[in-house]
Amino acid sequence: MREPALGGMAHTVLDRAEPLLRKGNTNCGGCGMSITLQMLRHAVADRRVQLVIPASCAAVGAGTFPQSTFGVATLMTTFASAPAAASGIASVAALNGEDLRVIAFGGDGGTFDIGFASLSAAAERNEDILYICYDNEIYGNTGGQRSSATPAGAVTTNTPDGKAEQKKDILAIMAAHRIPYAASISLAHAEDTHRKLRYALDQKGFRFLHVLSPCPTGWKSEPALGLELVRLAVRSGLFPVYEIFDGKRHVVNIEPDFSDEALNMYLSLQRRFQKSGLAASDLRPAIDRNWQNLRALSGRIIPARREA
Amino acid sequence: MTVELLSANHGAALAATLAGRANRFGRGFCSGVYPITPSTECMEYLCQQTIEKGRVVRVESEHSSMGVCIGAACAGARTFTATSSNGLAYMFENCIAAAGMRLPVVLAVANRTLGPPWNILADHSDALSLRDHGLIQFYCADNQELFDTVLCAFRLAEDQRVMMPVMVCMEGFILSHTVTQTQIPDQAQVDKFLPPTSIPHRLGDVPHTLGQIATSHQIEIHRWQHHNAMLEVPKVYAEIQNEFEADFGRRLADIVEAHRAEDAETLIVSMGTIGTTAERVVDRLRAEGQRVGALRVRLFRPLPVEAIRACYAGKRRIAVIDRNIGLGLGGVLWSETRGLADAGTVVQNYMTGIGGGDVRPEHILAMLADLKSRRASGAPSMMEAV
Repeated sequence: MREPALGGMAHTVLDRAEPLLRKGNTNCGGCGMSITLQMLRHAVADRRVQLVIPASCAAVGAGTFPQSTFGVATLMTTFASAPAAASGIASVAALNGEDLRVIAFGGDGGTFDIGFASLSAAAERNEDILYICYDNEIYGNTGGQRSSATPAGAVTTNTPDGKAEQKKDILAIMAAHRIPYAASISLAHAEDTHRKLRYALDQKGFRFLHVLSPCPTGWKSEPALGLELVRLAVRSGLFPVYEIFDGKRHVVNIEPDFSDEALNMYLSLQRRFQKSGLAASDLRPAIDRNWQNLRALSGRIIPARREA
Repeated sequence: MTVELLSANHGAALAATLAGRANRFGRGFCSGVYPITPSTECMEYLCQQTIEKGRVVRVESEHSSMGVCIGAACAGARTFTATSSNGLAYMFENCIAAAGMRLPVVLAVANRTLGPPWNILADHSDALSLRDHGLIQFYCADNQELFDTVLCAFRLAEDQRVMMPVMVCMEGFILSHTVTQTQIPDQAQVDKFLPPTSIPHRLGDVPHTLGQIATSHQIEIHRWQHHNAMLEVPKVYAEIQNEFEADFGRRLADIVEAHRAEDAETLIVSMGTIGTTAERVVDRLRAEGQRVGALRVRLFRPLPVEAIRACYAGKRRIAVIDRNIGLGLGGVLWSETRGLADAGTVVQNYMTGIGGGDVRPEHILAMLADLKSRRASGAPSMMEAV
């Protein structure tokens, strides 16, 4: 299986000559974070951006001094500090009247767990930051331990029998801060991803994007199948792709087919679910409840696919 | 120049405000703040000021207040925050990050004991825990000195030869809440004394990563450079003292303040407000004909080894008073400076005023009586200040 780069969208000159994630980086093959950065580069185009990256695989991916993997000026912060440090950078940019987008780019550990207080506070203050969480559902950097983003049933190095607890609903939590924009992103749907990145880049105030980011190393899956796994998670309804404006207006962007076929395929293509023997029937009730809720919030009774 | 009635907390915040405004022609001022007793009034005062091209971000923790300062300094702004005790402990990681990235953040610390057991009163255990991580540390003894030191801290932190965070410490309540007359310079004077902040490695348009991974050898070199930059501080400080005097018409206190120490046989060594009590004791004993002197260590990091050694030279007995206990060893100032005395000098450690105990002249007199009876240095003693 060979996915076209940028989901088939045409590269620009900037994408090729000045990537955000430069050649020679040390990310694992099939890393969703790498794909996110390529998509982000395409969306950023000629906008002026700076990155703020907490401890994470992306921080390791920055490489060793004096080289830098990232194609823009980047600050690496302590694990829990990306939203606070980004607040400082964005404040000074605003004081100086600069047209700068500050992008905090953290993993699920830095977002759902250790950085959560700082994240929640920055959202509450409605800081002018685009926060992107690439969620690989695991502490990848430290070798694959559970996070509060790890789904129930997944084996990690510190939940050898599979995690017992459910994944935290980060998007609902962020929407509850009534921030201008919060959205989930499916890397397998390039046009929807691109539209959201563009929209989020050009909004003011706190914007939050949640990316399901395949991690072949942690998920024990085939590197080339990463985007296919995301597609299956979206198709089955496991990973809803939607956006929330001002914490109020919910818009579902991609309509799943809710097929057990997709769900079973998603589970069976990752060895992390093997031990707990999860099947579609185990996950379906929770997915149905989640979608009933989403339908009510979005006010859509008839399933509809929103065109990009 | 005006004279205002201010607490040390308010003085520190006012110095930061003037310094912040002075950077309006540079990249401005940005501060993250979070309250904790006894430094709360410092951040409150700062939040009440109008600072042109400035923003004070009210964050959710000390960890984030330093986080905001780190981001702001990386963007080229002048930065300041204040904290105490467990707040400093919570901020610890980001203090080290600010130092490691060589960011000129100024941090006012209203010293308070680390809990538990809890109280809100002074000792130096909070700030001393950060002594080895590349932050410059000053300990002050009165309001004017604190105000002046905060102002000077910006200049020192932002000096290209230094370029690192500066902590300015005042004992909680004893100094932080004491209200005295304080001379406040005009904005124009501060503008002259503090040119716009220039941080050469700030984030710009050139792709580079600040705070990234380095190899073992690179870290050795980085730390060595940082260490050597710290050793430049006494020299740079002396230059700043001269400029300060020229601009403000008063002398900024020295890195170590000796009081009638030159011909003394017995020396009382301390940091912070205990030093002024010791000076009063010295004056009293001198009137009785005793050859006693006092030394107050203001700059603790980098430790002014040569200045302290020069002052210790020729003394028969030295009492080192520590408002802290390096648990498992003894007072921190004592353990760091006892080796600087001549062979044969009796150097005795008295740990006192822990958790806010009120150290009065009679306590110091009791220490001196004990010291006089000693023929050799002994294990650190605890002097209960009740």
